[in-house]
Amino acid sequence: MEPIIKIVNIEKVFNTTNGSIKALSNINLDIYEGEIFGIIGLSGAGKSTLVRCINYLEEPTEGDVVFEGRSLAHMNEKERRKMRQSMGMVFQQFNLLEQRNAIDNVCFPLEIAGWDRKKALQRAGELLELVGLGDRKKSFPSQLSGGQKQRVAIARAIATNPKVLLCDEATSALDPNTTKQILELLKSINKEFGITVIVITHEMKVIESICNRVAIIDRSTIAEVGEVKAIFSKPKSRIGKQLIMGGTAEDNEPWSKGGDGKKIRIAFDEITTDKPLVSELILACGAPVNILHASTKTIGTHKYGQMLIELPTDRDKERECMDYLDNNAISYEEVSDDDL
Amino acid sequence: MIFDANVWSMILVGIKETLLMVALSSAISYLIGIPLGILLVVSDKNGIKPMQKINSVVGFIINILRSIPFMILLIMVLPVTRAIVGTTLGWKAVVPPLVFAAAPYIARMVESSLKETDAGIIEAAKSMGASNMQIVTKVYLPEAKPSLLTGAAISITTILGYSAMAGFVGGGGLGTIAINYGYYRYQTDIMILTVIILVVIVQLIQEAGTRLSRNTDKRIR
Repeated sequence: MEPIIKIVNIEKVFNTTNGSIKALSNINLDIYEGEIFGIIGLSGAGKSTLVRCINYLEEPTEGDVVFEGRSLAHMNEKERRKMRQSMGMVFQQFNLLEQRNAIDNVCFPLEIAGWDRKKALQRAGELLELVGLGDRKKSFPSQLSGGQKQRVAIARAIATNPKVLLCDEATSALDPNTTKQILELLKSINKEFGITVIVITHEMKVIESICNRVAIIDRSTIAEVGEVKAIFSKPKSRIGKQLIMGGTAEDNEPWSKGGDGKKIRIAFDEITTDKPLVSELILACGAPVNILHASTKTIGTHKYGQMLIELPTDRDKERECMDYLDNNAISYEEVSDDDL
Repeated sequence: MIFDANVWSMILVGIKETLLMVALSSAISYLIGIPLGILLVVSDKNGIKPMQKINSVVGFIINILRSIPFMILLIMVLPVTRAIVGTTLGWKAVVPPLVFAAAPYIARMVESSLKETDAGIIEAAKSMGASNMQIVTKVYLPEAKPSLLTGAAISITTILGYSAMAGFVGGGGLGTIAINYGYYRYQTDIMILTVIILVVIVQLIQEAGTRLSRNTDKRIR
């Protein structure tokens, strides 16, 4: 299947008075039609710049974005404006027109696209019904709550029947409850209309609750990309581990280095978090293991855990332990001292 | 302060001339100032169409005009006034210098009003494929409307203040009456009367502008 959006080798350099800053480097991503794709990273990682490169609000310094087989780099400004009507965008701060009421805000992109006023009003009305604001059509943004504003913004973003919806930290200004509702809305829009949704966020729970696939961005590059479940249960990159397991920055103090034994990192998922894994391992192999670090984390409804253990220095016992893990289908990886 | 009918009719003519002079020069100044203000915002280095050179040149010319004291400007543009109006006397002759002084002022007022528009809203409009023209007409101007109206009240009262100075060159209006009677003839009572009328006019314009601005602003509810 051809991706609906193909990000090819994007690089973005900002020239400031204090020299140039590389915001994105060597970014390659394929996003497929109908999926909800997440892009997660810490603030300053470059994710907001990346999402703006997808619709060329920011022109990449190098590389290209291919949208439905058409290269954005080779489009002129007029063609890009036309293309943007097929890519809705939702923002953290909603960005509604303050002097227009809800229905006129939803009409705005339709006006730009040259719709007839009557048709636009009808479409906008239907969309407001869809997002659950049928009774607030005449309300101005100042009269709406954050969640309601974001609903208007979502209705506005999908007014022109776009193929793709870009969400730039769309729930970051909202409380947890409202966040949940907005995420549900995005999910149902994705399902109902088949709109491909790209979600930019720094919150794991956003990714966990709606995304199919996720890319982790760190220091201007993609650290890893894959199915959400796979990455959450077994993050490969350092940043992935930090985001998923590490929690806050204070948690990232160096762990105990342990002794000379081989160190392995065990990743838990749903099933294994509920089992007394280490005890069983010790009983089965008859050898003590040293626990260097352990943590479990609940993201949304899923539990994820990891444990860093040091195996016995005895080769046979070490082998036995690893066999035990293999036989019980518990995923683990060896960790070198440098990684600690 | 008891005045005869002659004084009252003179005052009435003065009010009429002042209002005409202010209205006409405000209208013309806005016709020039709004596009200039838009140009300054659009061509700014962070604007929707950065044009550094044009922005600097226009900004520089505006600054020069704004730094010339109005009394001097009044005399400097006399040849222009004569060429346009045909005379350098009467209220009409004050309109060209008023426009020279007010248009750059209004351009700056418009610029600052438009710049209040949240950059996020501009970005949202861009993300929908809006052209620069659409951003100006559908985002900048309507979003800045309350601020533009507040600015208009300030600008028009400033023009009114300038217009009073026209009295020194025989420009007509209330300012001329105040100067001729109060300054040259020491008839303080007439001067005070004209000043009171000017104060009332300024209050009315300011109040009207503030109310209009508040009533159109959908952010306040």
